[in-house]
Amino acid sequence: MEILVCVKRVPDTAENEFELNADGNDLDRDDLVYSVNEWDNYAVEEAIQIVDNVGGNVTVITVGDDEAEEVLRREMAMGANNGILLSDDAFEGSDGRGIAAILKAEIEKGSYDLILTGAQADEGAGQVGGMLAAMLDYPYASLVNKIDVDGDAKIKVGREIEGGNQEMNEIELPCVLSIQTGINEPRYVGIRGIRKVAKVEIPVKDAGELGVDAAAVGEEGAKTRRVDYFVPDLGDGAEMLEGSTDEIIEKLIEKLKAKGGL
Amino acid sequence: MTQIFAYIPHKNGAAEDVALEYPEAAKKIDAGASVTAVVTGSGADLEAVAAEMANIYSEVIKVDNAAMAYPNAEAVRKALVNILPGDAIVLVPHDTFGMDLAPGLSVKLDSAYAADVVDFEGTDGSALKLVRQELGGAVSTHVTTDASAGAVITIRPGAFAPVDGKDAGGTITDKSADAGDLSVKRTFLEVVEAEVGDVDITKSDVLVSIGRGIEDEDNIEVAQELAEAMNAVVSCSRPIVDAKWLEKSRQVGTSGQTVKPKVYMAMGISGSFQHMGGIKGNPFIVAVNKNPKAPIFQVADVGIVEDILDFMPELAEAISEL
Repeated sequence: MEILVCVKRVPDTAENEFELNADGNDLDRDDLVYSVNEWDNYAVEEAIQIVDNVGGNVTVITVGDDEAEEVLRREMAMGANNGILLSDDAFEGSDGRGIAAILKAEIEKGSYDLILTGAQADEGAGQVGGMLAAMLDYPYASLVNKIDVDGDAKIKVGREIEGGNQEMNEIELPCVLSIQTGINEPRYVGIRGIRKVAKVEIPVKDAGELGVDAAAVGEEGAKTRRVDYFVPDLGDGAEMLEGSTDEIIEKLIEKLKAKGGL
Repeated sequence: MTQIFAYIPHKNGAAEDVALEYPEAAKKIDAGASVTAVVTGSGADLEAVAAEMANIYSEVIKVDNAAMAYPNAEAVRKALVNILPGDAIVLVPHDTFGMDLAPGLSVKLDSAYAADVVDFEGTDGSALKLVRQELGGAVSTHVTTDASAGAVITIRPGAFAPVDGKDAGGTITDKSADAGDLSVKRTFLEVVEAEVGDVDITKSDVLVSIGRGIEDEDNIEVAQELAEAMNAVVSCSRPIVDAKWLEKSRQVGTSGQTVKPKVYMAMGISGSFQHMGGIKGNPFIVAVNKNPKAPIFQVADVGIVEDILDFMPELAEAISEL
């Protein structure tokens, strides 16, 4: 089975405290720590496990700048066989639709049975997989938390739905699936693993090579655009307890007693 | 006049809560907009929901087709593409069904797309001005989306105030004949119900709930000791279940359990909306987190900036000595 996994380099929510810049319209990006989107690691792990079972290849792909190459190498250190970087100044500022259009152009040059994405990334939209599927006229399932490869023409997938329930579906290949966290336990990648793939060549393709109309992507082509970032004023928020730990605990215990917590 | 179509999700013949939230969202887009409820499904369930919607909306479209007896996103998408005008503004909930349906629908309608919108701030020409969140709720963004050729927008359930919705005396139009070919490449098999765990967290008045701040599986013991001191039960957020440190049945959130405790101790939990969506009944929320900017502090009653691994043992000891 030929599997393509779409990944993204994102600010790491576990490693950063997000602050606005001096103008208050963007994040302060000077010291941000970036990593692979958490959901994408589960997608890559799932792809590797499928190929381990039934054979084939895992290719990881991303749209981004030179720095995005590091996330491809990380996923190749996990066990992905190939990486492809789609990079062009014209891609900058693309909305979800633009990213899907760029990916589609490359996908049509290959022959993939299964295309995986993370269920969502830093922007929390969860849009690229579903758009890509619709553009390719492939079937789609979102929030996938189980994959049973039991045939060449169709596979079974479970989707996470409300209340911890799972919706089982049969889906024709080729298809696009967005992968939810928890589907597997992504393997650890050590420094040695990264070193092993440090020299592997990763092809870089631009708009011309892909045959993407530069006007349809990037900021020009984007129908949905971020204007600025802000921190919402949500009223008072929590009453913050301050002082020494002993003092805080004393205050907290009084409150817990009053509210039925003790 | 802006034409807004609201997709009505429903289950067992009753519309989901978001059906009452669309009118407020639509009003914030354009106070003069016409809003049409769109109900797809099959048989008696569909009839019941369409009738219910006629009490809330002046216009209701119903589409009856056996292919949509279970809400298969691919079939629903095909029906909507055949029924909706190309320049429609379509509202869909940002939930597990909406995420399945909406991105592909926007492509097939050749419309703009915006996901998980928490507020609207009117229009600027043909652009809708909206508010969303990024990075797990750590920051908010103002966004514009060009709706001149239509737009598909998913809204966050619970983000818009519900209307009372009585006696709208709406007209129900049957568009079943226009649905077209609803054959699909993905077929629904069954729903596998969540497993029942050893502890029912929905029955406890006090929950000691842990998130990423617990850092290691071995530290769960610390939370258990605090829970014992408080006569409480340990629950958790999603990353703890993903790491297989606790059973799925202990997870609070839209993809886990819905709980209604009196007191909710959020220990090292950042407070994503998916997590908070599982907490009902307005409990007293105590948040302890070493990150002073954690979104949980915006919704908690009491906040403490400390490392839970230091704080929980001290609190447990103090409570034991009472």
